[in-house]
Amino acid sequence: MGGSTDSGSQNRLGRRLLTERVSGYWLQGAGYFAIVLFALIVLALLYQSLPLLSEYSLVQMLTSSNWDPAQNQFGFLPAIVGTVYVTALTMIMGTPIAILAAIYIAEYAEGRTKTLVSSFIDVLAAIPSVIFGLVALIVVVPFVGDYLAPAVGSSATGLGIFTVSLVMAIVVTPFMISLSVESLEALPDELRESSLGVGATKWETIRIVLLRAAGPGIFSAVLLGFGRVFGATIVPAMLIGGQTHLPSSPFATGQTLPTLIVNDFGELMSLPLTQSALIFVGLMLIVVVWLFNFSAMILRQRLQQRWQF
Amino acid sequence: MDRYTEQRLFGLLARGAAALVVAVMVLVISVTIYRGGRVFLMDPTIVITPPGSRYMLEGDGGFLHAVLGSIFIVGPATIISAVLAVSTAIYLQSDYSSERFSDTVNMFLNVLWGTPPIVYGVFVLTVIIAIGARTSMFFGIVAIAIFQYPIMTRYTDEALRSAPDSVKEATYGLGATRFETALMTARAALPGVIAGIVMGFARGIGDAATVLFTAGRSTNMPAGPFDGATTLPVLIFDQAMSFNAEVRSHAYAASFILIIAVLGLILVSKLLAGRYARYAPGGRHS
Repeated sequence: MGGSTDSGSQNRLGRRLLTERVSGYWLQGAGYFAIVLFALIVLALLYQSLPLLSEYSLVQMLTSSNWDPAQNQFGFLPAIVGTVYVTALTMIMGTPIAILAAIYIAEYAEGRTKTLVSSFIDVLAAIPSVIFGLVALIVVVPFVGDYLAPAVGSSATGLGIFTVSLVMAIVVTPFMISLSVESLEALPDELRESSLGVGATKWETIRIVLLRAAGPGIFSAVLLGFGRVFGATIVPAMLIGGQTHLPSSPFATGQTLPTLIVNDFGELMSLPLTQSALIFVGLMLIVVVWLFNFSAMILRQRLQQRWQF
Repeated sequence: MDRYTEQRLFGLLARGAAALVVAVMVLVISVTIYRGGRVFLMDPTIVITPPGSRYMLEGDGGFLHAVLGSIFIVGPATIISAVLAVSTAIYLQSDYSSERFSDTVNMFLNVLWGTPPIVYGVFVLTVIIAIGARTSMFFGIVAIAIFQYPIMTRYTDEALRSAPDSVKEATYGLGATRFETALMTARAALPGVIAGIVMGFARGIGDAATVLFTAGRSTNMPAGPFDGATTLPVLIFDQAMSFNAEVRSHAYAASFILIIAVLGLILVSKLLAGRYARYAPGGRHS
């Protein structure tokens, strides 16, 4: 052991401590990145929407149904109604199926069937939505236009709110299923055993015990699905028909908030006020998603207290 | 209805729902592979042929520009995003930050996770307008990276959290620094980390709304990082809206390529996860 190796190990320790300090700064920066990014997005969108907000009253824009950027008419009502319509229809169609399928995978399926079905559904959650839109153009659109709409006494080309909702239900169910299955499978087996032990049937166990115990998880799965549908862009843009008017029936064409941005993007660069209006749509989207996330968090905590086991 | 009938009824309903979902998905995948595969096999060269000057109108040439655009935009974006996401996830562990801080950041990550992709596109667009730049491949990379970041961070954070504490304790016990310990934890959690990154990659390669306004939606070959570009999903979106039947048929070939890429990525992530499971203590397979 000479002095040289001693100073060598000193050096090494110094280097390690330096790495530790430098990486500490980097990691800290990365740790704050999510907050900074969120603040930047909100501020940038807010700043760019100011020209519009200073010119027109918010209430008037949200309740006016006259959308004509060329004439400086910015009524967001048709797009808002379209978005609500699509989201509500999708959730009505998708949620029961998603929850039932999740129950099947978590409680009924066994062995290879279970692995097969659940990995299949995981794969599907990753398929790009543009592919769903494309397949819908040759499968769902003719079906709705030729059979379903005439059957309920409505004439339509097949492009419209109902078609979008149907396809969006297909897009989000795998996503909701895999999250719900996760929270059902996280439940301890004692819950099932004790419920069956006091004489409940399997379905009663699921309905009374498991769905409540996993309730907060399933609830947030549904809300995440809601957020997905609410902000979906590509599928509505391909299938909704892109006409800005108040939809008169579920089979009518329409517009959602994201498709408004996509369809009027061409005019965006030239007219500053239109640009500001479309950026304001982005702001509305993020504010609604934020409000939903926040209230979901609170509700989830309350449900957890109420249905704790 | 007595309880046994109810039980049978709902058992059937649950099975029916699962069967319905699986059937719809089989339909979607097989239509894509059948229609797309037919167009693709008739003329596989469209994937490696640059587009003609009037590609969107007449369908001359192929869509190599979008294939390259996807690779050059989503590839770098995934690398940037993965580095950031892994760093954030490491910082959120108990060695570095308090529980309160990581709860706060997680709340923001949840909000970002639920933020519609088009908002990221619009955000990057406002930045482009603010600095007076043009839409280009570079901004496409930025938009996709921002979009992937919350997805990857959440998966990575979960994977790191589920790594056994014994790894941490053992490395600290050997006199390792926090950073060295974090690397070891990341190694023990590697299958989960890889799965998260590949998941982000798959989501990024399939997303159109983020790059729609930021990358330039160009119909020429990408010339450089500050030149306009397009990606496969945007191309499919544009092709599907075309009036030309030939261009529309190309959309199916492009979606065939895209679905194969996504399915391949998922397969790769499963294989990699299995391979790196040897770093996990006890050879945990996940």
